[in-house]
Amino acid sequence: MGMKEKLHQIKLKFQGKKMAPAFNALHTFLYTPNETTHSGSHIRVVDDLKRTMNTVILALVPCLLFGIFNAGYQHYSAVNGFPENFSILEHFITWDNFWLGAITVLPLVIVSYGVGLAIEFVFAVIKGHEVEEGYLVTGMLVPLIVPIDTPLWMLAVAVIFGVVIGKEVFGGTGMNILNPALTIRAFLFFAYPTWMTGDKVWVHEGVERAGTADAISGETILGYLAQGNSEAIYEKYSLAEMFFGFIPGSVGETSTFLILLGGLFLIFTKIASWRIMVSAVAGSLVMGLIFNGVVEAGWIPDYSKFYGLMQFDYWKHLIVGGLAFGIVYMATDPVTGSQTNKGKWIYGFLIGFLSVMIRVFNPGYPEGVFLAILLMNVFAPTIDHYVVQGNVRRRMKRLKNATILPKPSDGKAEELKVETV
Amino acid sequence: MSKDIRIKKGMNINLVGVAEQITSKAALSNVYALNLEDFHGITPKMLVKEGAEVKAGEPIFYNKNNEDMRFVSPVSGELVEIVRGARRRILTVKILADKEQSYESTNPIDLSSADGESIRSLLLKSGCWPFIKQRPYDIIANPDATPKSIFISGCTTAPLAADVDYILKGREEEVQAAIDALGKMTPGAVHVSVKDTSSSPFKSINGITLHKISGPHPAGLVGTQINKIDPVNKGEVVWTVAPQDLIIMGEFLLTGKFNAERTIALAGSSIKAPKYYITKIGAEVSTFVYASGVNEDKFRLINGDVLTGSKTTPEGYLGFYNNTVTAIPEGDDYEFFGWNKPVFNKISSTRALTFSWMNKNKKYDLDTNTNGEHRAFVVTGKYEEVFPLDIYPLQLLKACMVKDLDEMEQLGMYEVAPEDFSLTEFICISKQPHQQIIREGLDLMYQEIG
Repeated sequence: MGMKEKLHQIKLKFQGKKMAPAFNALHTFLYTPNETTHSGSHIRVVDDLKRTMNTVILALVPCLLFGIFNAGYQHYSAVNGFPENFSILEHFITWDNFWLGAITVLPLVIVSYGVGLAIEFVFAVIKGHEVEEGYLVTGMLVPLIVPIDTPLWMLAVAVIFGVVIGKEVFGGTGMNILNPALTIRAFLFFAYPTWMTGDKVWVHEGVERAGTADAISGETILGYLAQGNSEAIYEKYSLAEMFFGFIPGSVGETSTFLILLGGLFLIFTKIASWRIMVSAVAGSLVMGLIFNGVVEAGWIPDYSKFYGLMQFDYWKHLIVGGLAFGIVYMATDPVTGSQTNKGKWIYGFLIGFLSVMIRVFNPGYPEGVFLAILLMNVFAPTIDHYVVQGNVRRRMKRLKNATILPKPSDGKAEELKVETV
Repeated sequence: MSKDIRIKKGMNINLVGVAEQITSKAALSNVYALNLEDFHGITPKMLVKEGAEVKAGEPIFYNKNNEDMRFVSPVSGELVEIVRGARRRILTVKILADKEQSYESTNPIDLSSADGESIRSLLLKSGCWPFIKQRPYDIIANPDATPKSIFISGCTTAPLAADVDYILKGREEEVQAAIDALGKMTPGAVHVSVKDTSSSPFKSINGITLHKISGPHPAGLVGTQINKIDPVNKGEVVWTVAPQDLIIMGEFLLTGKFNAERTIALAGSSIKAPKYYITKIGAEVSTFVYASGVNEDKFRLINGDVLTGSKTTPEGYLGFYNNTVTAIPEGDDYEFFGWNKPVFNKISSTRALTFSWMNKNKKYDLDTNTNGEHRAFVVTGKYEEVFPLDIYPLQLLKACMVKDLDEMEQLGMYEVAPEDFSLTEFICISKQPHQQIIREGLDLMYQEIG
């Protein structure tokens, strides 16, 4: 008996039992189910939610791999000094970098998936529904948007919070209001701020060594800018380094280049909304230009605490910090984003716009994208409401000109009374 | 007068097994049956008992809510069985056909002088009325309402569906008679849409407003055409008639005989030699399915096309409204890592390791597997790509699911029929039953608002 038949028999045995969802999840991971259509469309496209989620994970893999190497590179460079003539093969793709990255990043991935999926399974068994695929992407996003040394227990607590409060209480995948990965990130940020911000957390062992003779510093570019060290960053990192991602930051969000490739892949595969991505980029550029204009007009003195970030070239906002990562992988979450095409344009634009605004004005933490997306998650249904109302208004206008025809036996046509809605 | 309509949104589904344009006569069926599920929303009341002899065209039951609405026997013979379901609901009425057919005949009507009212009562009495359907609610037309216009789609875009032009060829006289009659029942126009490239028999018909329609499926669905030409508002009614039914209706008007004969396409990849058959409404499907040969043991027989038809079996009967019978492989098997490996032999609406976008003309042999499990709505913006109506499909589906009548009304529920959601259902990543959701929504609205 082949594995297929064996699993089929176990499936029959489990049918209707409490543990059936858990078994089914494993079964459907190995095999597409033998479910057939009953009525309506007798044929269906090959795409399902698993394939959709899988495609997003594929788009994230380059960021994860880069994050692993970058973890080692940032650590060893902080300890031993940055290499003079940087070469990718000599200084970046090395076994040491990989090994250090692997032992620091992979535990984050394992905890994220382990804890998150465990909760998903528990909820599926309790509620008697199938294990849904939403967490497959969330589980991958979470380790990529946290500082490298995030304690694993903290991550576990945050994941529990994010999955339960951010998703399951609303009814599970497809029903949530807030992006679960960002809910997890927000929980970490507000619950354990010292581990999430500052100049110590972005490089491995930065926190451990703080205050010792071996102290290492790994300030992010946004951190530098927030402190007004706008010139110093160019001495430390070249534009190419910022774009390709050889800078400190959250695990997977430093390489704008790979994020761009991932974004193009998601647009090409038609999995993520290009409208949101394009409009979010536009929104951030517009806000950046406004700030640049304010500086140029001389409305703000150069000792102002906002000066550093405000005079930062508008387009460079896209290559530092988590903005690009947020736009490509977070803002495009179809469940929590706007659902109408027009709405997606507005939603995306405001995310970009607000991200740069919060980035400049937030005194505690010079990053805004996750707060901007969470805020817009809350407003997405409102945006959709007004977009849909446009369609409804068109129908009501048509109705005003309509007349109900008489019944064959009746006399005159009656004018239709339009109810105001 | 002809007007052009161009549909951009949509998707053509190319499947293996298109019926070749050859027509054979199907073997005579012993038993013919009327499946009551075809007449959605009708409460039948029998006029004849089991064992009674009926003529072709003789009423066998009527609609309890409108006693004038008669449903007639497609053949002459003995009413052998009334199959009942739960709470004695009538499911099927079976008639054992006579060798020699005899017809209930009425005097033909003079169409040029008849008024709408007399045509209406004649059609009701003759059993031709059920061929007229109405929007809103997608049910048999209410004879007490006057439609603002009548729509006929003379263009087929559904996969493997019968070619209307081929079926209607040579039947222009009957079609003209039916159109003349329909035209008298509405103060508006009789809108007929034909493919822009086709040499449709409708092009020689008088008394219609002809529209040339182009674009992918669902351009051929009458709902798409209504939405583009003259959308239904609250309180308004439009009627729709399927082109193949015009023949029966027209023949009745010309001769006074209800001749249930129909040309149907037998199509699908499970059929060895897909082609057209002449048979009658309610005939046993086995009388023509096996004549063309079948390719495999496990296949799904569908009364209608693959997107909107209903499941049947070789022992089943041809539906009242169908001009297509399709057979495709049953997909009740598991596929190893089916969700993440590259796929070349199935259709996809994305490019996520799927390659149907590379060769748009390739023909596919799809089975009935859902290719995934039922999930909540997650992905957005996909339905809009294949839904050309000026309606928000996802929002309307959600309004139906939560039974929000106000919202359903505002979002355009009066304009749609389940078949308008067949393509969104086909591409649904969450594998939701869109047509069922819409049907239930329409039923609820009919019940609550009427």
